Amino acid sequence: MLPGQLTPEQFAGYPPGARRIAAAHIELLRKLPLGFVPLLLREVVTYDWNFPAERREVDSQFTYLESLSAPALEQIMAGFAGLTLSPRLANLDWAGAPAVFSEELSAHLWSTRQIDAFRAAAKQLVDRVHAASPPEPLPARRLAMVVVGRGVTENTQPLFQKLRPHGTYYADLRAPDGVRLLLGAVAARARKHPIPFAHWYIDGAAGEKPPDPAVTCISYGALEPVRAAVLGKLRAMIVAGKGPEALRTALAGMKPADLGLASEGDAEIIDRFRVRILTEGSGAQIFSTTFVQWTARELLRRAQPLTVLARFAPRQSERSMYEMIADGGKSAAFDPAGSLIDADMGAWYTWLNHRRLPEAEQSAFLAWFEGHGSAIAIGPAVEPNREHRGPADMAQVLAALA
Amino acid sequence: MSLKDAPNGLQEAAGLAGRSRRDFLRAATGASVGRTLFPLAPGTARGAARKTKTVVVTFGGGARDQETFMPEGHANIPHLLHELIPRSTFFTQVVNRGILGHYVANASLATGAYETFNNFASVPPPTPTVFEYFRKDLNRPAADVWVVAPSAGFQRIGQSSHRRYGAGWGANVVLPKRLLAAALPMGSIAEYERLLHDNYETPLYAPEDAGGDAEVHRIAEMLNLSVSDFVAHAGTLTSPDELSVYIARRLMRQYAPSLIWITLHDIDIAHAGAFSLYVEAIRRCDRLCAELWNTTQTEPEYAGKTMMLILPDFGRDSDEDAGGNGFQHHRTGDALSRTTWMAALGAGIRENIFVDRPAETIDLTPTLGALLGFATPFVRGKPLEELF
Repeated sequence: MLPGQLTPEQFAGYPPGARRIAAAHIELLRKLPLGFVPLLLREVVTYDWNFPAERREVDSQFTYLESLSAPALEQIMAGFAGLTLSPRLANLDWAGAPAVFSEELSAHLWSTRQIDAFRAAAKQLVDRVHAASPPEPLPARRLAMVVVGRGVTENTQPLFQKLRPHGTYYADLRAPDGVRLLLGAVAARARKHPIPFAHWYIDGAAGEKPPDPAVTCISYGALEPVRAAVLGKLRAMIVAGKGPEALRTALAGMKPADLGLASEGDAEIIDRFRVRILTEGSGAQIFSTTFVQWTARELLRRAQPLTVLARFAPRQSERSMYEMIADGGKSAAFDPAGSLIDADMGAWYTWLNHRRLPEAEQSAFLAWFEGHGSAIAIGPAVEPNREHRGPADMAQVLAALA
Repeated sequence: MSLKDAPNGLQEAAGLAGRSRRDFLRAATGASVGRTLFPLAPGTARGAARKTKTVVVTFGGGARDQETFMPEGHANIPHLLHELIPRSTFFTQVVNRGILGHYVANASLATGAYETFNNFASVPPPTPTVFEYFRKDLNRPAADVWVVAPSAGFQRIGQSSHRRYGAGWGANVVLPKRLLAAALPMGSIAEYERLLHDNYETPLYAPEDAGGDAEVHRIAEMLNLSVSDFVAHAGTLTSPDELSVYIARRLMRQYAPSLIWITLHDIDIAHAGAFSLYVEAIRRCDRLCAELWNTTQTEPEYAGKTMMLILPDFGRDSDEDAGGNGFQHHRTGDALSRTTWMAALGAGIRENIFVDRPAETIDLTPTLGALLGFATPFVRGKPLEELF
């Protein structure tokens, strides 16, 4: 089937919001090339469970594309229209199951060496959409805080090497109650700017008590039953001899209810986010450090929050993948030293992902080695590539980032 | 795949990666970078071809410059920097323009053509492999060509499905983990799990066994492995790559094959997202490369007449590409994930030479053909003339 043959009935399997969006824009969808329209539908089909920022992105794409004249639309779609697709791809149920089509398209583009052409077309489109749809001003600057080193007694590795050129490094940060202070800072921002899905606390262990009802918490420890359910389903599929494509499809199709989560409304959006972390994040099911880094990355990319506090915890020591899958880490020893190295890199990646969001030049960032007195602060009022000599306290650093 | 995947100017970025590698290496090794090269007269290298032994080491899981050739990575590759590269002709930018999956990429290295089959399928390459070219054209026996492969997915890499080659002309493929699993007594597999992990791209899946137990036992017999010695030695090893190197050294001692190809794979633990484990694997890989080189210098059948080529099959995603997650994967197809390097050292290879021009991973097999004197009629790459 080609896009010109789309009918509203083909969206019957979509959730209500997605169905409404797809039907409202069907005239545009019919004009788009097969190399692109299923990718847009893939974003539409999850509309009901997307974060507000993701919905805005989908809406912006429709608004931009519908604003174009026919020649301009043809021009921006030329890169996608120029892709050579196989008849097999065209025969897939790309309207009903756009995610499956997307996987198949990706494999096809790699094997036919068209992936670079696709990427070029995608970048051009994303740049144009962003240029045409400037983001709304933020009510406050974004703040991301990363806490590393829980459980580490001694460390000889220099930390935050990649981050130091961008901010001020504190070698003697006195913060005996630092975690509480940071949680308090998240709670205060949540109260001041009560926006849904804007304030988050991620923890690599069980986590502290949520600092405020307006702060969304996600922790490796609290998700243990869900991780166990994911790993259990994977084990069953492995025993049944399922191949990687079948595993991926099964993982992508898992819903909160399949894993013991049952919720509605905003809570369902969060549960679906949790499930996607565990079903899409490679290693997030077995290493708590990977879980924290990947969750922070996906949160920033998808929800574009105002505030994130990500606290790493020791991950299990390396064993064979089968052992780690088999018991989910219950019987494992921990590796605090290795986890510190993972978390240091995780802090760097969190900053990179934070920097990719709108108004990045105004955003603030803190990475802190808890219990050991070193930290790096990055923000518009913080001097880059500088080392703060002498003692400092956490409240002072937070004030500099406010 | 995401619409937010950003493209890079591959050629330009690959060139930058290569120049950075050269500059950092010059600082680290004091090498005479950019020495003018005058290709030797054709046949100079070929004259010794029939006596030359060749060891090819590929990494099925690349390492990025940040963790290797850039200053902050030097601590991870002391053996490459100070022992191997100073003895090498070093290609600073080797680009892989094919599919970035380890089996299909290693198969492409072996065939000299970008293969497009499913990376996770247990299929032979459709294009003839270097092993078949070598054996057929030079009339070499089966025991003269071996592949030590990291995972079950590689079990068909030794022999293509090409009608003019294929059956009877391939390499012996040994999968050390399967050998160990077959050798272990009932109930003891758990103790050796750390050595048996199959692969990291899809840690939950191993392709079906095409050879079966009979093949495992045939290989074990050829290697004359004492089960108890093998199991006892395996107990002293810490990683699958150490097991592979142990098997490779055993092969070299027992059969002294003229062409041995070993793929190291520990670095691909990066897919689990733990940076410390990835760095640890790079350090191990660096040490194992030096150990293999030292073996070629001390084993009587190899000393003084062995050429060794070391190259990753491709790189890993850059930190800067929003479509990826940095070191963890090789999914974006960005320039850094496609650009790698190659060190060639040993018999007939000039030392302390850096080559900055772009080469491709598919140039390996035609280069071996030109160096060793066999025809490679179906390759798409070109011989690297700097090695002649």
